[in-house]
Amino acid sequence: MSGAHMTRAERRQARRIRRFDNPWLNPKLIWGAGLLLSIIFIGIVGRVLWDLELVFTGSSPLKLPPLGFENLRGQPGVMAHPIGTDGGGRDMLAMIIIGAPNTLFVGLLASLIGMSIGIFLGFSAGFLGGRIDDTIRVGADVMITIPPLLILVVFQSAFGDVTLTMMALLIAGFVWQSPTRLIRAQVLSMKQSGYVQMAQLSGASTSHIMFREMMPNLVPYLFGSFIASVTTSIVTAVGLEVLGLGPQRIPTLGRTIYEAINAGALIQNLWWWWGIPTLLLGVIFIGLLLINLGLDEVSNPRLRRLS
Amino acid sequence: MGRIPRDYLINRLVTLVLTVLIAATIIWIIPRLSPVDPAEIALGRMAAGAGSVANSEEILAQLRANMGIDQPLIVQYLKYISGALVFDFGLSTAAFPTPVSTLILNALPWTMGLMILSLLITFFIGNLLGALMVWERSPKLVKVAIPAAMVFTSIPPILSGLLLMWIFAAKLQWFPLTGAYSIFVEPGWTWDFVRSVLHHGFLPALSIVVVTFGFWALGMRGLMITVQGEDYVKLAEAKGLRPRYILYRYMIRNAILPQITAFALKIGLLIAGQVLVERIFAYNGMGKLLYDAILNQDFPVIQGVSYVIILITALSVFLVDLLYPFIDPRIRHEAQT
Repeated sequence: MSGAHMTRAERRQARRIRRFDNPWLNPKLIWGAGLLLSIIFIGIVGRVLWDLELVFTGSSPLKLPPLGFENLRGQPGVMAHPIGTDGGGRDMLAMIIIGAPNTLFVGLLASLIGMSIGIFLGFSAGFLGGRIDDTIRVGADVMITIPPLLILVVFQSAFGDVTLTMMALLIAGFVWQSPTRLIRAQVLSMKQSGYVQMAQLSGASTSHIMFREMMPNLVPYLFGSFIASVTTSIVTAVGLEVLGLGPQRIPTLGRTIYEAINAGALIQNLWWWWGIPTLLLGVIFIGLLLINLGLDEVSNPRLRRLS
Repeated sequence: MGRIPRDYLINRLVTLVLTVLIAATIIWIIPRLSPVDPAEIALGRMAAGAGSVANSEEILAQLRANMGIDQPLIVQYLKYISGALVFDFGLSTAAFPTPVSTLILNALPWTMGLMILSLLITFFIGNLLGALMVWERSPKLVKVAIPAAMVFTSIPPILSGLLLMWIFAAKLQWFPLTGAYSIFVEPGWTWDFVRSVLHHGFLPALSIVVVTFGFWALGMRGLMITVQGEDYVKLAEAKGLRPRYILYRYMIRNAILPQITAFALKIGLLIAGQVLVERIFAYNGMGKLLYDAILNQDFPVIQGVSYVIILITALSVFLVDLLYPFIDPRIRHEAQT
């Protein structure tokens, strides 16, 4: 059993099958979480170190490029605005510091609410069955077909400006269906399993069975479903913002892109204006994808062997 | 499994009708809850155009009567629902007096064309790549490159669209920046026009393709892993059939079928993504129509576009649900209901 005779691959294999190998220490999971945390980190550190007054229109010179670049008028980037300024005279760094966490916030809040609704409805449907199950199932089936973006477009064009929280609440109304269906299916199959029937026979209360027996087995699914709905929520929020809806006076990544497109930033070669928010959104989405892939491997050990 | 059981058909039909009805109702209720009065918006538009408006009270009343918003709510609702059934959404307020249905009919072919084209391409590429990821004989490069490309699948098409637009339209100028065809060619079935349409449609389609093929590839990968272990594949190998023949006729043909149901779940997001791509490329489809309507607060158009897109989504899901058992006889209807 001495490690010296093993090849590197064998040693890696040995490390993997060790008994106390923690599946949660998955590289994809860690990388994904790291990317998201870096966005939050920018938001927190930026608030301390950077002058947020620069986020107001006209607080800075117009259309300055990032450090080390020149814009079409031949102006070089300056230290005071390290990643440039937009066409309205706002500092891009200040916009990012406020806007990027805002975008993440909408996604997280919307999915948190959506998940809570989903857990509640999914458990009720799976556990209680009968009429309640039918109603919830049909409701989820119906709502899963309707693209949230279009309903929200109607809503926001009717009501005008919304706050970030309001937008998150609206989106939450469209991300409960998948978790509901998933949890319902899981609860239905778990109800037949030995340990749940055992618990029922031994007289455990419904809430004990739900939260002590079933919930722990659902955790990887819940996490996976949560991350998926964060992605959907952010895609929807960015979609609304790019259409010119969503919060009108609060910087978000989507709104910055909207303003850049409308000002013709692509033709004027103001790539930093739309490019930086695009890049950050890319970081957020890739981070979420990595977390999701990592969670898949945590909950499904067969995938771990494949990759 | 030649015939569809009645219960299943009824179940699907009820879901379809409920989906469309609920969506239509939500779309109708929302503006009624808003404090904004569409008649006042229209009056504001007149005032902005003419400088000032005399006897505005009478005009407001007349506008309300024209829009039908002076009637009881239940009458309005029934009128709206019966109108929606025959695609009558009233007149556009911004492009007055064009009927909303005309505007939508003009935009629809562009959206559908772009959607079907990009969908077919992604379905083909994605499934082929997904299959190659699992196939033992595919080159090493494929197995390394595809998972790396997978990273893009998490990105909504609007971001890839921006990036492609910048590189290929603004920088390299290989493709036009916006529009669905050149303003210098006459629309019609001429070679010049077709070429212009393809030239303009390439980037929007590509930006959808690059971010969606991975979804199919991932699904296909999982399905291929299952198929790989099946006895009939082993038998085919033992018979000495050519590996390529086994891949196409034995493995892919069996693995690809459940992918079609995945399509039903995905279509809503696909359409919403495409609406945004059309908006940034100013492509003459529903996305541009919707964006212009939002800018002009043109409610009938916003409602009409939303309704039609939701209808398309619901109908696609319904069709996939109905046709799937014919494509894949292994599936029993009963299991799904």
